[in-house]
Amino acid sequence: MIWPAVIIGSIGAYLLKLAGYIIPERVLKNERLRRLTALLPVALLAALVAVQTFSVGSTLQIDARIAGLAAAIVALILRAPFLVVVLVAAITAAVLRATGLSA
Amino acid sequence: MFTGASQFALVGVLGAGGGVLAAVLTALLLGARNSLYALSLRPYLRTPSDPSPWRILGRAHLTIDESTAMAIRYPEGSRQARHAFLATGLAIFILWNIGTLIGALGAAALDDPRTLGLDAAVPAGFIALLWPRLRDRNLIALALVSAAVALALVPVLQPGLPVLSAALVAVVAERITARQSP
Repeated sequence: MIWPAVIIGSIGAYLLKLAGYIIPERVLKNERLRRLTALLPVALLAALVAVQTFSVGSTLQIDARIAGLAAAIVALILRAPFLVVVLVAAITAAVLRATGLSA
Repeated sequence: MFTGASQFALVGVLGAGGGVLAAVLTALLLGARNSLYALSLRPYLRTPSDPSPWRILGRAHLTIDESTAMAIRYPEGSRQARHAFLATGLAIFILWNIGTLIGALGAAALDDPRTLGLDAAVPAGFIALLWPRLRDRNLIALALVSAAVALALVPVLQPGLPVLSAALVAVVAERITARQSP
């Protein structure tokens, strides 16, 4: 079921962009809509961080990913670029697992 | 799909066992901001004569956080604004897709992505996308509540739906901010 999601998602994502160029301006100038679209990325990305760190399927689980996330946050505070943040998290989790300190 | 957070989210939800609908909805809700980027780009990308439909179709595809941010640094309707938009959009489009291809081919060669800590790289990627958006206390509160609600729902709902529930948290947050600043 990967390809249907990729294809439908891609078409939808493109149409959202196109809509911004061809729909009459007043429709998108709606204040409520503007505020909501600004809030959605924050809410969804935060939920993704939480779920991808603390769960496996439908069970909550704490493992080396939480150390990876902590390392990523430190890297972000130090203003590291995106790739460094991701690498630091992966290396932290990999080292903890290789040394048997964490699952 | 050329909008990074949505691509990550789509793969993330599918990888966690979520359904097609949950994955697509999450990706599209994340991508809805591109509609507003396109709207605000209109005056910046304005040309003396009406642009051809093809040009608008192309512009739409290149409309992302970065190309918008670069274009609006220049005067509305200026050549620099159009060039900044096009150069940024095209450069990222090419590099992004090379990166996606390397990732797709590379992943096939891996036995267990956990050994390399790649499962920890996923949330790190999301928090790196989230970080610059946490501009004030209200947004930080929204992020924390969304994360908590999603985690609380993990044991109860099908995979994919807990993340999607954060969209409802955003709807409630919008109502609260609307009341604060009428």
